Amino acid sequence: MESLFPALYILAAASFILAIKWMNSPVTARRGVLIGELGMLLAVVGTLLRHEVVTYQWILVAFFVGSAIGVPIAYYMPMTAVPQRTAISHACGALASALIGTAEYYKRLPHGFVMGALVLETLLGFLTCTASVMAFGKLQEILPTRPITYRGQNYVNLGVFALAVVLGIALIFHPEQTWIYPVFMTLALIFGVLLIIPIGGADMPTVIALLNSYAGLSACAMGFALDNKLLIVAGALDGSSGFILSIIMCRAMNRSFSNVLFGAFGTIQTSTTENAPRPVRSASAEEAAEILDAARGVIIIPGYGMAVAQAQHKLRELYDVLSKRGVDVRFAIHPVAGRMPGHMNVLLAEADVPYDRLFEMEEINADFPRTDVALVIGANDVVNPAARNVKNSPIAGMPILHAYEAQTVMVVKRSMSPGFAGIDNELYYLDKTLMLFGDAKAFVGSIVKELSTAVAVR
Amino acid sequence: MNNYEIAIWVFMLAAFLGFELIRRVSPLLHTPLMSLTNAISAIAVVGAILITGEKNASTLSRVLGFIAVVASVTNVVSGYLITDRMLKMFKKRGDERK
Repeated sequence: MESLFPALYILAAASFILAIKWMNSPVTARRGVLIGELGMLLAVVGTLLRHEVVTYQWILVAFFVGSAIGVPIAYYMPMTAVPQRTAISHACGALASALIGTAEYYKRLPHGFVMGALVLETLLGFLTCTASVMAFGKLQEILPTRPITYRGQNYVNLGVFALAVVLGIALIFHPEQTWIYPVFMTLALIFGVLLIIPIGGADMPTVIALLNSYAGLSACAMGFALDNKLLIVAGALDGSSGFILSIIMCRAMNRSFSNVLFGAFGTIQTSTTENAPRPVRSASAEEAAEILDAARGVIIIPGYGMAVAQAQHKLRELYDVLSKRGVDVRFAIHPVAGRMPGHMNVLLAEADVPYDRLFEMEEINADFPRTDVALVIGANDVVNPAARNVKNSPIAGMPILHAYEAQTVMVVKRSMSPGFAGIDNELYYLDKTLMLFGDAKAFVGSIVKELSTAVAVR
Repeated sequence: MNNYEIAIWVFMLAAFLGFELIRRVSPLLHTPLMSLTNAISAIAVVGAILITGEKNASTLSRVLGFIAVVASVTNVVSGYLITDRMLKMFKKRGDERK
C-alpha cells in the first residue's frame, strides 16, 4: 500500500505536464483543465493517505472553508476583474508556501541545504504575497495607478532587499538564532510593498507574470525543503510559465526587466503636453457608420479603455452587423494591451467574438495598408507611430500595430489627454484620422444603431 | 547520488520542459494559462496537509498549516473553475451562439 503513494505523485506530475501541453490550442485546452484537476486530486489523495498524516479534522475544515471561498470567486467574478483575481490568487499561493516554510523552520530548525531552500521559499513567498496585494490594490484602483516615486527609491529598495538576503544567509548558518527569523520575514514583507509602489498600471502585465513566476519558484523551493519531487515539478512549471510570459511582455514593450521594475515608467510626462492644442478632425457616429459601411476590410484595435468602458459587447454587435453586410472585420491584439497577458482575448471571447477573428500583432501588421478602416478603441501607446519615428521617445523601439498605414483611421477616445506613457500620439493628427469623441461603449452603440437603421431604410 | 542532487536534476529538467511547453501556448490563451499554472502551483497544498495533519504538531504549526490549506484550496478550486469558465467562452466562427 505504502509503495503506491510515489506512483500517485508521479501520475500527478505527468497530469500537470499534459495539462500545460494541451493549453497550446483552444480545441484541447478544456481537456487540459480536466487532467489538471485529476492530477491535483491524485496528489491530495496521495498525501492524505500518507502515514505521517493522522489528524484530519482541521484539514477537512480547511478544505471546506477554502472551497466556500473559491467557488463563488470562480463563478461570480466578472471577466473584467480577472487581472485582480489573478493578483489575489498569487498572494494566496505565495502566502501558503511562506507559512508552510515558517512552520517547517520552527519545527525543525534545519541546517545546510534544507535551511537554504526554506530561506528561499519564505523570502519569495512573503515578498510575493505583499507585492501581489499591492498589485491587486492598483488594479482595483484602491491605490493610485500612477507610479509613485521619490528620490533614492531604488537605493532604499535595494537596501531592504540586501538586508533581507544577508539575514537569510545568517539563518542558513545559525538557524538556532530564532530572533533573526521575524526580522527577516518583516523585511521580505516590506520589500514586496516597496517593489510595487513605483510600478504603473500599464506595466502590470509584466509584473503579474513575474509575480506568477515567483509564487511558482517559492513552491518549488518548498519541494527542495521537503524533498518532494512533485512540488519541484509543479513549481518549476509555474515558475517557467510566469518567467516566459514576463519576457514576452517586456519584448512587446522593447524594455528590459530592470527597466520595468526600477524604471518607474510614466513619470516623465508633461514634457510634450504643454504645447498648444493642435487641430484634429472629428466625426459623428453617423459619419463613422457611413465610412464603415462602405469599407471592405476593417481592423479593430482594442486596448485597456475597452475594458474600462465595458465596450466588448457593443463591439461584438458592431462585428455582427458589419459582417452581415459583407465587411471583413478582424481584431488586432497587441501583446501588452490590457492589464495582464491575454486580457483582451478573454474579454472579446466573453462577448462571443469568435477566436479565429482575433489576430496577433505579427500576423496582421502587414495587412494594414490594404485595410480600409482601422478602428482604435481605448488603445493609445500600442498604435503610436512615435515608437518607430521618434528616436528619443520613451516608447522608442516598442513594436506597435501599424494602424497609421490603413486608408482611414478612426479613434474612439474620451478626450485628447495623452496615454499612459504621457506621450502625444501623432496618429491623432494625421489627415486620414477621424477622432470619435465619447464613451467607447456609448459611441460604438450609436454606430451600431446607425448601421442597423440604414439596413431598415434599404 | 544524494537526494539533493536528484532534486536539482528534477528541477532542471522540469524547468526546461516548462519553457518548451509554454513557448507553444498561443497568446490567445495567455490569461487562462496563467490561471491554470496558478492552480497547479497550489500544489503547495501537499506541504500544507503534511504540516497540519502531523501527529504531534505544535499549535503554531497547526495554525500556520490551517491557513496554508485554506489559501491553497481556495486557489485550487477557484483556479481550475475560472480557467474552465474562460475556456468555455472561446468559440470558433460557426459554433458560436449555442
